[in-house]
Amino acid sequence: METVLAIVIGGLYAISFYLMLRRSMVKLILGLVLFSQAVNLLIFTAAGLTRAQPPILAEGAAALPAPYADPLPQALILTAIVISFGVLAFTLTLTRRAHAGLQDDDLDELGRSDRL
Amino acid sequence: MKIALVLPILIPLLTAIACILAGASRAAQRGLSVLGAGALLAAGLWLACGVHAGGIQAVQVGNWPAPFGITLVADLFSAIMVVVAGFVGLCVAIFALANIDPARERFSFHPLYHVLLMGVCGAFLTGDLFNLFVWFEVMLMASFVLIALGGERPQIEGAVKYLTLNFISSGLFLTVLGILYGKFGTLNMADLAVKLSGQQSGVALSSAMLLLVAFGIKAGLFPLFFWLPASYHTPPVAVSAIFAGLLTKVGVYALVRVFTLIFTADPATTHGLIVIVSVLTMVTGVLGAAAQYEMRRLLGFHIISQIGYITLGLGLFTPAAVAASIFFLVHNILAKTNLFLISGAVGHVRGTGQLKQIGGLYHDYPWLALLFMIPAMSLAGIPPLSGFFAKFALVKSALAIESYIPVVAALAVGLLTLYSMTKIWAEAFWKADPAGAAAGERKAVPALMLLPICAMALLTVLIGLFPETLLGLASQAAGQLMNPSGYIEAVLGKTP
Repeated sequence: METVLAIVIGGLYAISFYLMLRRSMVKLILGLVLFSQAVNLLIFTAAGLTRAQPPILAEGAAALPAPYADPLPQALILTAIVISFGVLAFTLTLTRRAHAGLQDDDLDELGRSDRL
Repeated sequence: MKIALVLPILIPLLTAIACILAGASRAAQRGLSVLGAGALLAAGLWLACGVHAGGIQAVQVGNWPAPFGITLVADLFSAIMVVVAGFVGLCVAIFALANIDPARERFSFHPLYHVLLMGVCGAFLTGDLFNLFVWFEVMLMASFVLIALGGERPQIEGAVKYLTLNFISSGLFLTVLGILYGKFGTLNMADLAVKLSGQQSGVALSSAMLLLVAFGIKAGLFPLFFWLPASYHTPPVAVSAIFAGLLTKVGVYALVRVFTLIFTADPATTHGLIVIVSVLTMVTGVLGAAAQYEMRRLLGFHIISQIGYITLGLGLFTPAAVAASIFFLVHNILAKTNLFLISGAVGHVRGTGQLKQIGGLYHDYPWLALLFMIPAMSLAGIPPLSGFFAKFALVKSALAIESYIPVVAALAVGLLTLYSMTKIWAEAFWKADPAGAAAGERKAVPALMLLPICAMALLTVLIGLFPETLLGLASQAAGQLMNPSGYIEAVLGKTP
């Protein structure tokens, strides 16, 4: 399972960077979305996958028996999802404003204010 | 004492909430903002005194023992950074009263400003890598809105670049966190330092390189700095100034922290690379500045150039060099923020920062010219100002380990810095006003702008006159950084 997910994660990183390197604003946003998903999946996989062993104590037990899913990476991912959701929502409104100003989808046009 | 560690995070949060509640009343928001920033400075000083007297302090949030809970740690380096953040935060908060227009104030400038300060202080105080990521995001989210607030077209265009690059940087940071947790099962910095100590592993090296890229984007290192000069000149000056003074420095702080505490197993590779990157950063930044003819863009390139000096000390990795880095960091935050504030005052009286279109400021505002000379000459490293001693300490520590190429680069870049500062002087202050005498009545510089500029200039001069005070503190902080066992003991409660 880890091997499959590793390939998926690698693919997602590659696709997201390819999209971000394109000139289109829409592709930039899609790239950012895929990138944040790829990172979340990486944290999930790197911490190790444990099937059907929820980290819940049985009644009366003092400690969990050995193979159980680590809840911490899931908490990390949850935090990361919330943060990236907020940032992506802001990105959408920002690029919408940028598009309204430029009347164009081309990111290279954003460079105009930089030229000497 | 424990409360002193939490206050620098709590005060900006409460100020931001109070500002939101004050909502409709502009006067109340302005008063609260300055009050909150002042309280933050006081809390920082209290914390620094406590750390100076009682050694490294740590708090386990929610009483979860480290490494399971979130730890807040203040060593002398963190405490110095919090104090400087409080001082710069107060100065810029006062400057903002004269610089930020009522429309921006109505759309929550003050609450956002304090959320930004909260993120900065949180990043300085945390002892947990994931928590550091969260503070970065708090800081970035506020900065995204601040850079776009007002919605002028250059601002929006700058904000798109700023946001994209910082999003990628945060994603890479998070990638490292996933890898480190998967391999070592902890994200507590002290615990990671223990688990990684002395062993060279491929995972550690690749994590170190990914972190160098992630923090390098935030700090503006070569070749990852291109977003900075493309966005920092677009928002109002008060926002540019706090970004220039604090935000890139948080990236530098994170670099110093992880490369003195966690990734120290193979300094020939990691720190050697940092030296090369630093030299290239210094040179490219100053050359970029030489081509610019707009004050804030020129200063933006200088931020990059100066970042190179700070990371150079980290790369040389001797106690003297790291101490020089810390000294340089404090000097640079003060001088750089002040230069941005002065560019704001110039923009206020002349209506533009384009060097070709302005002139005659020395004739019209001689004291403003004098105030400009202090941080400008300090930045270039002219004695007896703070920049001279910062560069002197850095060059001396490089000579001590016979690292000559960085010395040559540092001195040459100092000369080129002097060239750009002279360019601003000659164009904006010295030459006759191209608009001629017909321009009519002179606008006065508001007292709210002058006050913070004077305060920062005074501190720059004081550091220059009594450098041994700050140098002593910096050496002590560097001693703590270079010998992390004290830090680890304070966090984990046992000697490694």
